[in-house]
Amino acid sequence: MYPQEFRYTKEHEWVTVSGDIATIGITDYAQKELGDIVYVDLPRVGDAVVAGKTMGSVESVKAVSDIYSPVTGEVVEVNGALAEAPEKVNQDPHGEAWLVKVKLADPEEINRLLTAAEYQSYVEAVQR
Amino acid sequence: MIKKVRSHVSQNEPLIFEVSSPGKAAYQLPALDVPAVAPEAALGGENVRADIEGFPEVSEVEAVRHFTRLSTHNYAIDYGLYPLGSCTMKYNPRLNEVVARLDGLAWIHPYQPDELTQGALEILARLEAALAEITGMDAVTLQPAAGAHGELTGLLLIRAALSARGNPRKKVLIPDSAHGTNPATVTMAGYVCENIASNDRGMVDVEALARAVDEDVAALMVTNPNTLGVFEVNIHRIAEILHAKGAMVYMDGANMNALTGIARPGDFGVDVMHLNLHKTFSTPHGGGGPGAGPVAVKRHLEPFLPVPRLVRGGQGWRWDYDRPQSIGRVRAFYGNFGVLVRALAYILAHGAEGLRQATLDAILNATYVRKRLEAYYELPHQEPTMHECVFSDSRQARHGVRTMDIAKRLIDYGFHPYTVSFPLIVPGAMMIEPTETESKQELDLFIDALISIAREAEENPELVKTAPHSTRVRRVDEVTAARKPVLRWRPDPAF
Amino acid sequence: MRYLPHSDEERRQMLAACGLGSEADLYRQLPPDVRLERPLALGGGLSEYEILDYFRARAAENASGYASFLGAGVYYHYRPVLVDVVLSRGEFLTSYTPYQSEISQGTLTTIFEFQTLMCQLTGMEVANASMYDGSTAVPEAALMAMRLTRRERVVAARTLHPEYREVLRTYGRSQGVEIEEFGYDDELGSADLEDLAARVDDRTAAVILQQPNFFGVVEEVREAAEIAHRRGSLLVVIFSEAVSLGLLAPPIEADIVAGELQSFAIPPSYGGPFAGVIATKEKFVRQLPGRLVGQTTDAAGNRAFCLTLTTREQHIRREKATSNICTNQNLIALAATVFLTVYGRRGLRELAEQNLSKAHYLAGRLPQRFFGPFFNEFVARTAARSPEEINRRLLERRILGGLPLGRYYPELSDCMLLCATEMSRRQDMDTLAEVFLGR
Repeated sequence: MYPQEFRYTKEHEWVTVSGDIATIGITDYAQKELGDIVYVDLPRVGDAVVAGKTMGSVESVKAVSDIYSPVTGEVVEVNGALAEAPEKVNQDPHGEAWLVKVKLADPEEINRLLTAAEYQSYVEAVQR
Repeated sequence: MIKKVRSHVSQNEPLIFEVSSPGKAAYQLPALDVPAVAPEAALGGENVRADIEGFPEVSEVEAVRHFTRLSTHNYAIDYGLYPLGSCTMKYNPRLNEVVARLDGLAWIHPYQPDELTQGALEILARLEAALAEITGMDAVTLQPAAGAHGELTGLLLIRAALSARGNPRKKVLIPDSAHGTNPATVTMAGYVCENIASNDRGMVDVEALARAVDEDVAALMVTNPNTLGVFEVNIHRIAEILHAKGAMVYMDGANMNALTGIARPGDFGVDVMHLNLHKTFSTPHGGGGPGAGPVAVKRHLEPFLPVPRLVRGGQGWRWDYDRPQSIGRVRAFYGNFGVLVRALAYILAHGAEGLRQATLDAILNATYVRKRLEAYYELPHQEPTMHECVFSDSRQARHGVRTMDIAKRLIDYGFHPYTVSFPLIVPGAMMIEPTETESKQELDLFIDALISIAREAEENPELVKTAPHSTRVRRVDEVTAARKPVLRWRPDPAF
Repeated sequence: MRYLPHSDEERRQMLAACGLGSEADLYRQLPPDVRLERPLALGGGLSEYEILDYFRARAAENASGYASFLGAGVYYHYRPVLVDVVLSRGEFLTSYTPYQSEISQGTLTTIFEFQTLMCQLTGMEVANASMYDGSTAVPEAALMAMRLTRRERVVAARTLHPEYREVLRTYGRSQGVEIEEFGYDDELGSADLEDLAARVDDRTAAVILQQPNFFGVVEEVREAAEIAHRRGSLLVVIFSEAVSLGLLAPPIEADIVAGELQSFAIPPSYGGPFAGVIATKEKFVRQLPGRLVGQTTDAAGNRAFCLTLTTREQHIRREKATSNICTNQNLIALAATVFLTVYGRRGLRELAEQNLSKAHYLAGRLPQRFFGPFFNEFVARTAARSPEEINRRLLERRILGGLPLGRYYPELSDCMLLCATEMSRRQDMDTLAEVFLGR
């Protein structure tokens, strides 16, 4: 279910790193909890994001959830396709519907996040 | 194709733009008694607009039919019980519509000299005095245009008063049972919002409050009775805790219809509050406004009230602009005068005894609904009910039927739904406020409908989950509406 | 009490059904020190006739039936009979916010029509379902511009309605908004765009300009937009006389257009209730405050309408909402919708042209203070007698004169703002000119 090479947060974001660039999204569990996603509000290229702080939000018809950045750094790319097609977050949360790419201030930071196995058991605990 | 094949109430009505045809008109202006001025000459050609493409063109009879047909697509208090919790949908006396339309009230200009508006000022003064008496407060401003506007005004008063003492402070505390407007208002007033958890009785947790109040706290915003319809019995103690630290108590007066004539916020430690005249004092909601949100304060906040203030001088009433400590205006002119007139008419019709009886009947009706339904629906809080009661859908949820489904099914029984999924502290909330203007006969019909739906939820949940079945339109696709917003009509490109 | 339906017997039955002995048991949980132990000092309830009589007597104490040349944000326009015919329908008058789409299509459809009409008039792409009034729409538009630009400075014209500017200051103070004003051209009476250009900087979120301005003068919106946009700030155009939209070029160069709809069939009613509106470009819609109605389909595939983009609003986003506003002024917006339907494509234009002609007739008889082009209001300068003294003399002729400007603009204390509409009679304008000129 949850890709092994990704890291995760308890706020249900995932992150995967290539070089010093981190790609961030929300998890399948998060999209299911939110229901039909109608809008994704993302930071702008050049914005600074801080681990654990809000960097945007995802909206369903009657709810808004903050997206917390799992890492610290600078936004280098945002997924513009989500503006036209927010439903992609429901369809492919771990792939096509990535949210932003961030140039990491500290590439080691990611090691503090949950592994796929840890996240899996966290989600199972939450559901109980 | 024959277009008109259904009875009038279920017939589709096109948009006004779609029923237009060129050359039609529903107006006639009098002949001009002065020389006509050419717009291009007077304004310059570049300042004159082109024709407005797609603007309506219909005859008078078509206009009347369009809006009359559309009106029949609405539910309304005039049709029956409208039990929206927290919204106080009571009967709107028609007399109030008549008096607000009197020429000498509807057609007076806000910049007419005070000596030529003494009647209007007398009305405002009498309403201010009545609201002060009802709330037990010392002074009232009628300027705010709505409840949320009153909240903002109230917090700005607190900010001004604390600033005058040297420090506006940083935080406003809000119980988790608060209206959603409260946190938004706190932000607009430049404060940070901090939540206070409720205890298991559905009331403010006094110990948690005491721990949270420090020198950074400007105020507590409390709704009393709260959104569970429960009176905060520790309100005196709550006020003491805040006052001891130099903070204030703001009361959201949205539920004043549960207290009028039996208790006064000014007597239990409230410093400032707003009233929703469109709730307690029955000015019509009109599909969502206009309302009015007067703010009542204790003496120590009076110097900060918005300008102008109504004062009595030797020559009668006049507006006083000389208030150096005032927060300033919160809107142009003096308030929603036409709404204020209606509210005063309501108060005059009831008198002291009638207002008290209205409160008692509102509590009686809510208590009666609760009593007759508690065998069928889960009641998460057992404290006595005031003007509204909150059930949860937990028993029906076992059959996959949620609060929204039950609400929609109520429509098939001829009623407007209750308030769905609020307050947030009750999962699957069903918030019912019948108000005092519902007869026992109407309440019994409503209760029987909910009992019947509870049975349907067990025996035929699909029937409930796909409701409503009897309306002009079925459940609407809100997801597509939000994903691909279409917010205005445009001419069909095919034509 | 005639609005309370229960008989005493029914009250007894219901109390018994609740297991309560008396009405006092209904609030038994209230601590004794909280209870009010005396009747409210409000007297007894009155009959319909007595109430009508009371309000008729008060109405008679106000000047009504005078010819009036007051404008300044509140205008006397004819109110077609159809407006009250529609507003008096209980289905519109006594319904709540249309949260339940299935039984609110009437209100939702009329809001959708209203939003469309506002876009057509303003030249903007989206409009909200209305706001409290024009004055509160100003700070709401300014705050919107601040969110969009992430800047905190606002530059407002001194030719913006003085009370609107006061409301902007009240809202701005608690949020740390820096508000600066720019002046007007002493000859034309329009905004001084050189002064504007000198005051707009890289921290400016919004330039706020009224069209036509408080003096009735038509502003150069395109030039103001260029100045604002050069520094990356947004142009907010405000209108207080909505009938002008029937004749003046729409402010399409603006980023946000906000204003007051009182002119569209809302009685002056001593200053309220009115309705405001905010319109903007589609790309800014997420930061637009207030309700929005959208078109969609129902489960059977039929066209239907519903409230949409509600996540911007207070009941969902709470402390992060675009505003704390949780209403529109629906019935008033409906009045505007009916008004615009009655007048329609040709009528609104003809109405605006009559206003223009009447005001120019009156202005032609009086010494004007400014020389910029104007719509239906203008500033007249007095000579021997003060504006207040002229107004006193006019009252003797049952005429309400113009608004003396000294309170708002000390440098214009010898001036008054006059307005003529389609309701102004030539005979009254001649009388006004006669008294004004001291003949």
